[in-house]
Amino acid sequence: MSETLTVRVNGTPVAVSVGSTVAVAVLLSTGVCRASVSGQPRAPFCGMGTCFECRVEINGRSHQRSCQVMCEANMEINAHG
Amino acid sequence: MDSVAQRSFDVAVVGAGPAGIAAAVAASRSGARVALIDDNPAPGGQIWRGGASAPHHPEAGHWLDELSKSGATFIAGTRVFYAHNGALEVESDHSLCQLLYGKLILATGARELFLPFPGWTLPNVFGAGGLQALVKSGLPVNGKRVVVAGTGPLLLAVAAYLSERGADVLCICEQAPISQLRAFALALASFPRKLVEAAQLRFRSRRAPYFTSTWPVAAIGQERLQSVQISDHHRVREIECDFLACGFHLVPNLELARALGCRVMDGCVEVSEFQETSQPGVYCAGEPTGIGGMELAIVEGQIAGYAAAGRIISAKQLLATRARNRKVVSALKEAFALRPELATLAKSDTLLCRCEDISLADAQKHASWRAAKLHSRCGMGPCQGRVCGAAAEFLFEWTMDSSRPPIFPVRCSSLAAISSPASPAPRLGGSP
Repeated sequence: MSETLTVRVNGTPVAVSVGSTVAVAVLLSTGVCRASVSGQPRAPFCGMGTCFECRVEINGRSHQRSCQVMCEANMEINAHG
Repeated sequence: MDSVAQRSFDVAVVGAGPAGIAAAVAASRSGARVALIDDNPAPGGQIWRGGASAPHHPEAGHWLDELSKSGATFIAGTRVFYAHNGALEVESDHSLCQLLYGKLILATGARELFLPFPGWTLPNVFGAGGLQALVKSGLPVNGKRVVVAGTGPLLLAVAAYLSERGADVLCICEQAPISQLRAFALALASFPRKLVEAAQLRFRSRRAPYFTSTWPVAAIGQERLQSVQISDHHRVREIECDFLACGFHLVPNLELARALGCRVMDGCVEVSEFQETSQPGVYCAGEPTGIGGMELAIVEGQIAGYAAAGRIISAKQLLATRARNRKVVSALKEAFALRPELATLAKSDTLLCRCEDISLADAQKHASWRAAKLHSRCGMGPCQGRVCGAAAEFLFEWTMDSSRPPIFPVRCSSLAAISSPASPAPRLGGSP
């Protein structure tokens, strides 16, 4: 198996393989990245940085596209659908 | 104001997929100082995501190796948000830079076309290439029940890829009729390699039935996807699944070309024999000049790279190869033309704009893309119409006639730091 590292999504530890993006960590945990402007749950969609559906807060910085950011050990991810 | 870091290159290439890599390698080999800029953390673009480890793309290893030996500077995780004449304003997560260039090569690639249907905003509904990209980025799909739907050769590639990673691909729904696909196979007769590839992809995805003239009509679920309804015009079937991977072929990324004032015709950047756009010194290669796949992108990239570096003889030697590969463009267009039923999937309350949650009915009230933007905020969210704009082109035959800066959402501090480089007036095209 490939090596793993642990990040936290909404405070809960999630193990992902090294090289995974933050979108993967979210899909492996809550499965939802954000609430839309009308309150619907949204999750990664285009997978390549164009649709902006997968925005989350990473280490205190909001509106990061989780599909374009690699997981790093102990990253704090806030994804609130 | 604090001065922003400046870096200067003979040739700047935007986009590190096959076209951009080939362009950067060709220009570097010709002695130019080259910067290759990409939004992603690693070069390869979408098709070579995962890099040299991509087992079914032997070219990936070759070109990534050539790139690393070429001396070109790869600038990762970086977005171009403003284009002057002779300079690009670029932002990464931690820095801001003004990149001065002598020649510019746009290799901005394509994105998937997404069409709205009821439930398409549910979690676990992905693009087709979208799900593949996520799996390449580490998402396990072992045991997941997946429906692959939409149109284009990508569906087969995605189904094959997911199957090999343990997904249970329940079916592949291709909206095109079998007659068009047969004609496509005939048109590819002079590209035996592509036919072999298609056969291999079908073999690798053989456990999933391949339905033609079949398309998704709705995604069902409360908080997330539970099932998909598919139609073949005669009947609608509902299939329970974990993931829907759905894309309707590709549309070129034209934002930067439009911002620079490059002429766009029929949705593609117009280029000369040597891949130069209507703006002198600005070249374009790969999908933005017409969706034609990797082989065409590579040869166009090489021509643009050599031409931008002044090596016209080297560029000329590739023109015949390009002419041969260009035949794929029209073949793809005809084979995977969208059926009119797809324009009727969205109901009046189905969202068209996923950023601003604007329904089809609210957008449809307006006469044009611009009017819809101004009055409903459709296309005004963070994706800047990258998703709903292309859908609206198909649904309402609206045209996107301009691209306004910033062409990518950026920090306010980055916007505030924009300053003209050598020339006083930024050259931004399109109508206001």
